[in-house]
Amino acid sequence: MTALTVSGLRKSFGGLHVTKGVNLNVEPGERRLIIGPNGAGKTTLFNLITGELTPDDGSVKLFGEDITHTPARRRPHLGMARTYQIITLFARDTIMRNVTLALLGLSKSRWNPLMDLARQHHLTDAARQAIERVGLGHIADRPLAQTSYGERRRVEIAMALAQNPKVLLLDEPYAGLSIDERRDVHDTLLAIPRDVTIVMIEHNMDVALDFAERITLLHFGEVIVEGTRAEVVADPRTREVYLGH
Amino acid sequence: MSTRATIALGVALLALVTLPYWLTQIYYVNVASQILFYAIFALGVNLLLGYAGLVSLGHAGLFGIASYATAYLLAAGFGHTLSIVAALIIGLFSTAIFAALSLRTAGIGFIMITLALGEILWGLAYRWISITNGDNGISVHGRPQPFGLSLASANSFYYATLFVFLLCVIVVTIFVRSPFGAALKGTRDQPRRMTALGYHVWMIRFWACMFSGLLTCIAGILFVYYTQFISPQTVALTSSAEVVLMVISGGPATLLGPIVGAGLVVVVKSVVSGFIERWNFLLGAIFVAIVILMPEGLVPGTVRLWKLGWRKTMARRRPAVIAKTGEPAP
Repeated sequence: MTALTVSGLRKSFGGLHVTKGVNLNVEPGERRLIIGPNGAGKTTLFNLITGELTPDDGSVKLFGEDITHTPARRRPHLGMARTYQIITLFARDTIMRNVTLALLGLSKSRWNPLMDLARQHHLTDAARQAIERVGLGHIADRPLAQTSYGERRRVEIAMALAQNPKVLLLDEPYAGLSIDERRDVHDTLLAIPRDVTIVMIEHNMDVALDFAERITLLHFGEVIVEGTRAEVVADPRTREVYLGH
Repeated sequence: MSTRATIALGVALLALVTLPYWLTQIYYVNVASQILFYAIFALGVNLLLGYAGLVSLGHAGLFGIASYATAYLLAAGFGHTLSIVAALIIGLFSTAIFAALSLRTAGIGFIMITLALGEILWGLAYRWISITNGDNGISVHGRPQPFGLSLASANSFYYATLFVFLLCVIVVTIFVRSPFGAALKGTRDQPRRMTALGYHVWMIRFWACMFSGLLTCIAGILFVYYTQFISPQTVALTSSAEVVLMVISGGPATLLGPIVGAGLVVVVKSVVSGFIERWNFLLGAIFVAIVILMPEGLVPGTVRLWKLGWRKTMARRRPAVIAKTGEPAP
């Protein structure tokens, strides 16, 4: 059974057709890279998969279950987690609180108005673990405002990992990072176990190339090339889209 | 909680409990009662404004519904217990409708819808004369006697209000620290992310509205027993704006802020207005000063200045500390 199946997905904003019948089959445990130039519709595809946008046509299946009309807020409970290209964190809070909120989102106690959140040790311990996984254990209690851009990228990943997802969607996790920070994020991603399926968007092909097993090239809302790393790199259409000749 | 905070809390509690003994004039005891129930009102509005990031300009309408319901039922000859319980139920039911309509939006849209709903309620209070008695309002005779204790005197009413107030403060304190409180703050800062993390943002906001409505209705019932009179003026937009100003001037998303804000507004309105005819002008000037000097509100602003002063004092001492211990000061 495929982990994530996208069939005939379409989305238009007015007269602008952003996603034009995209098909995607991601196997369990696979590392899939979706590349494409600016405006190819990569983030829109993610928003359609996570339910933040409703597709005009087509379907999304998670491990065989049709989730096309499942509300976005239900999908994390089914094992789908995502990170954002534009960092979307709780800026007033500490790293710990950010990750704790991610864990709380899947816990029934998120509706509890009476108990003290700081004393829910099963949540705080798990949060600390997730933070250590991305190598930020030493600054776990630091307010987000006092962290660097690269650290925030890793907090994004920690929040997604804390939810123990089956399918992890990473939207340009390397965007805006220095070479050192890229290596840190890269190591973090390589350490994710194989029971997590990963779909990653990347604008810049070089950074994520050695991470991916299969690559999908998206251009103007359509899948142009799909195949193994070597196939896609060698394909003349890839050169055309990226280099213009 | 630090020792200093515990001591401060103890002193404040002692001051509140002994207030009728050091503020012997009945007038001032009554002002204190007013501050307390307006503080409950402000705590309720702060749940939305401070913790949910939703500014309501219609809360005086909910406050008024509870007041009117109590007054109407009492005037119709029902007992105190039944009138109070029924008023709470009617108030919460209205809050649910209020929330369902206004939570279709957030931000400016939410402000405008709550404003419109508040105005509708004001219009009803003014025009639905068969129930509200229009501009003449409804008078309430007598106060309840819980466990046989008469609340007729200023002091006994003050203690009853203080009891309810402390209860509300405790409940709000627990709520703010709870997972649900954390989730509510999350919907204020990053609603989109909260959805992606598996939270039902609408439902979280809805229950926050209900809790806010409950506190507002409790304040409304205390108000109608205090003044023993209710008229459309209580439901007017100015009342809604006033309580929003209490929260903003005191410090939104803090526990103490709305209470301090309520104290400020009530004192200027009822005490200072006896000495200065243009007290509205003074209140406006105070608000402007707060916005310029402490845009985050009186309570967080004071804390910030206090810490600044503390750090300066410590900085002056630091060389001596290093010399003595040989280690840098923390």
